[in-house]
Amino acid sequence: MLRVIVRRLLQLAVTLFALSILVFVWLRSLPGGPVDAMLGDRATPERRALLVKALGYDQPILVQYWRFLQRTLVGDFGASTRSGDSVLSVLGRAFPATIELTVAAMIIAVGLGVPLGYLAARYRGRMPDNLSVVGTLVGISIPIFFLGYLLKDVFTQHLHWFPPSGRISIGMDNTHVTGFFVLDGILTREWDASADAIWHLILPAATLATIPLAVIVRITRASVLDVLNEDYVRTAEAKGLRAKVVRQRHVLRNALLPVVTTIGLQTGALLAGAVLTEKVFNWGGLGTEITNSISGSRDYPVLQAVLMLAAIVFIVVNLLVDLSYAVIDPRVRVR
Amino acid sequence: MTNVLAEKKKARLEQLAQAAAEPGGVGLWREALRRLRRNPAGMVGAVIVLAFLLLAVFAPLIAPHDPAQRFKELTDNLRADHIPGAMSGFPLGGDPNGRDFLSRLIYGSRQTLFVGVLATLIGLTAGVTIGALAGALGGWVDMLLMRLTDVMLALPSLLLAISLVALASKSSQWTVIAAVATVNVPIFARLLRGAMLAQRESDHVLAARSLGVKQRAIVLRHMLPNSLTAVIVQATLTFSVAILDAAALSFLGLGDPDINRAEWGLMLGTDGQRYFEVRPELAYYPAIAIVVVALGFTLLGEAMRESIDPKNRR
Repeated sequence: MLRVIVRRLLQLAVTLFALSILVFVWLRSLPGGPVDAMLGDRATPERRALLVKALGYDQPILVQYWRFLQRTLVGDFGASTRSGDSVLSVLGRAFPATIELTVAAMIIAVGLGVPLGYLAARYRGRMPDNLSVVGTLVGISIPIFFLGYLLKDVFTQHLHWFPPSGRISIGMDNTHVTGFFVLDGILTREWDASADAIWHLILPAATLATIPLAVIVRITRASVLDVLNEDYVRTAEAKGLRAKVVRQRHVLRNALLPVVTTIGLQTGALLAGAVLTEKVFNWGGLGTEITNSISGSRDYPVLQAVLMLAAIVFIVVNLLVDLSYAVIDPRVRVR
Repeated sequence: MTNVLAEKKKARLEQLAQAAAEPGGVGLWREALRRLRRNPAGMVGAVIVLAFLLLAVFAPLIAPHDPAQRFKELTDNLRADHIPGAMSGFPLGGDPNGRDFLSRLIYGSRQTLFVGVLATLIGLTAGVTIGALAGALGGWVDMLLMRLTDVMLALPSLLLAISLVALASKSSQWTVIAAVATVNVPIFARLLRGAMLAQRESDHVLAARSLGVKQRAIVLRHMLPNSLTAVIVQATLTFSVAILDAAALSFLGLGDPDINRAEWGLMLGTDGQRYFEVRPELAYYPAIAIVVVALGFTLLGEAMRESIDPKNRR
């Protein structure tokens, strides 16, 4: 177990190192280079030369990369070219918003997806199964920003069930502790703030959950069908175990392994989908920062930091998923 | 004399080796096609894809008007809060620029096909090249190329596409195609490499190698053709992803800036979103078109995957 962790951490370090080179190269190949990107069109040659020197672009490339690495490691991503705020403070505001949204979406996707996939497999070829097959195919074929507008139109314009945008009602004076509004409300016992945050969370989370939900239903269904055909299930049934025990201990537990992998991989879809969903619901998270940093003049320091953060989250989640195999699958634990 | 005989013998054995790669003697694709015909979902997908292709090819004959032309009837009552609806001659009404919406939808199939096919093909070609090199050469080339795909896969695909589009100072149709194509490169590369590795250990490759066939010929004539099936299936599935990603980029304001170009993702991502409150049809119809076509390609791709899967062979 320990060896697995160490090996995966080493792999993580290698991937992050490669990623840092990629981001560095990416920054240097910006149109006109990073200096022009920061100065804009009206830069005089003197100011240009000054900035080139100040930023160290006259140094050899390896020195530049080393400095870039040093700055990145201490969390110094520079300042936003739009607002002048430090990128770190922008991330501090936006990161919890996106994590709250993606976690809520994942709860919906897993909470509904696993039972639905299981039901589809159990009633294979019958109504629930056919419905789930068609439903999941439509689910992965629909552009999620369109679905977001659709849901917003129905549930806020016509039914007035949910608020149209934002994370919390205007005038709700909630205390910020962690930046996760639902959690903050619980920590400070401002229950109304928590409830309000959840109320704002439902529509965006449901929108964002569509694709992972569809994928999880499909994988669960396929995986349960596979396991149902296994000899050990037949053996368990033949031994006279109660159907419920066979289902929980033999079928579901073994079927969950591919599902867990999928959950890890779907984190990527969630982070990408968050960019679109956050724009529809004006959420103010990492996705909003990405959208703002590319509209009009591009805010490269913010964009670079957000993209790198997203990659790190994705890699770490998948690492955790790999490690969780050890808990779920005893065969991995032995090794 | 003996040399010629040996060559002939070699050629014959090579043929045998190739025949061995096609189990049962029936061609893989013919067998797959037979099974595909029995799969109703696959047939629905095939019909949708075919209809879409016909619509795109014959768009100039089907569309009632020029998609870029502005009509007086449609611009007369055009305001930010009012876009003319259906009227005689214009069954679906106009768009925010006073052009015929139906004609734009029909012509949109062309652009959508163009973007989707080109992005898929470029991604496939680059991915297959990388995968083939990695699979054929092995060693440190393989290591290096696979770590590269690892890093590309470490970024969620849409985010990678966004960062690529942001590299260009001005976005255009080509930046969108390039970005969507690049995102798919690591997927194709991984897929082909896996298939090549499996081929490397297979009997027919061993037979060819023991006959003294050159490494180059083994890779090009034996390993590559037999590894391509999985890639072709993936390409069908990638097409849906490509048009959905292109639509997402348009929605984020990173799409094609040419307002005369009719493309579904663009129509949905720009006008459809901007005028959703005024005339939701501007969003609904391109969205439905995208969903149906994406669904068609997914159904077809899944059915193809099932039909070439040896597990389903009887």
